[in-house]
Amino acid sequence: MDNARIDKIIEKHHGEASSLIQVLLDIQSEHHWLPKAALKRVSEKLRVPLTQIQHIATFYKAFSLVPKGRHEVHVCVGTACHVRGASRILDTLQELTGIKPGETDLELKFSLETVNCLGCCALGPVLEIDGKTHGKMTTAETADVLKNYQ
Amino acid sequence: MSEIIFEIDGKEVKAKAGMTILEAARSVGIKIPTLCHHEALEPFGSCRLCTVEVDVRSWTSLVASCVYPVAQNIVVRTRSAKVDRIRKMILELYLAHAPDSFELQDMAQEYGADKNRFEKEASFCIHCGLCVRYCNEVKQKNAVGFVDRGSRKEICFIPEIAAQECWDCKECFPLCPTEALQAAFVLSQALYTPQK
Repeated sequence: MDNARIDKIIEKHHGEASSLIQVLLDIQSEHHWLPKAALKRVSEKLRVPLTQIQHIATFYKAFSLVPKGRHEVHVCVGTACHVRGASRILDTLQELTGIKPGETDLELKFSLETVNCLGCCALGPVLEIDGKTHGKMTTAETADVLKNYQ
Repeated sequence: MSEIIFEIDGKEVKAKAGMTILEAARSVGIKIPTLCHHEALEPFGSCRLCTVEVDVRSWTSLVASCVYPVAQNIVVRTRSAKVDRIRKMILELYLAHAPDSFELQDMAQEYGADKNRFEKEASFCIHCGLCVRYCNEVKQKNAVGFVDRGSRKEICFIPEIAAQECWDCKECFPLCPTEALQAAFVLSQALYTPQK
């Protein structure tokens, strides 16, 4: 991510230190992770110490300090999804992508993450890819859905 | 309304508006134990050792005296059985993290805290924030900060800044009540200095 793009995001938020989290969220959603160089640029521009940015970036789970894949796969393992067989879905995903929850594959295609509830328990087991919800998943459907993402 | 009269441990105390209970108590020589308090820094209220009992209109509550502002006619108790029990518990929890800290051991003796009560979990940091706040407020270098949260929260130096600023400063080292800071510094230095 180049500095010009970061400067533009900061400009959008009028360069105010109070919009630090919004700036970080914008960088995160565009770039999928927060590189150190980007944090340094934000620190200089907003005049917020790097320690404070680091504290915030490590505090919220929405931010990632390591590269993430192009597609973020979230599997719900909450109570409702669990009893409806979320562990089977998770196993299938691990087998298909070759990664464990919290990891990213080498081609930066998928990042796998478990979540505790997506708020639509009636659709369980639920799978969310790039913000799109796939409900009532079966192992076969999981494989089909995953094929649509390159 | 500039002068406020209230009671600490049965003694009448005069204080200025805006002072904290801790400041007022120390001004008349009443001791309240603290770990995260430092004169040059803003109150932080993280160690909770300065917990005291306060009666406001005959309603008793437990407050951190380092952040609680004085008020007219309140009654403060700094050494009630309840307060002592709370401090003992806090110390025991801290000692699980930093069992060899001299400062903690001295206090433990006074409050009868048993350092073996809880299973050891030696992270050596008790999150008093002295180093972080000192570097930010006094030195304004921001070489050290907190990372992560909850049980995984820890202090962390920023190697680029630490390499330039810390070697000739090290003013935060004597502040640390558990010497965790030195450990973190040495660690980050090791990470930053390439192996020869």
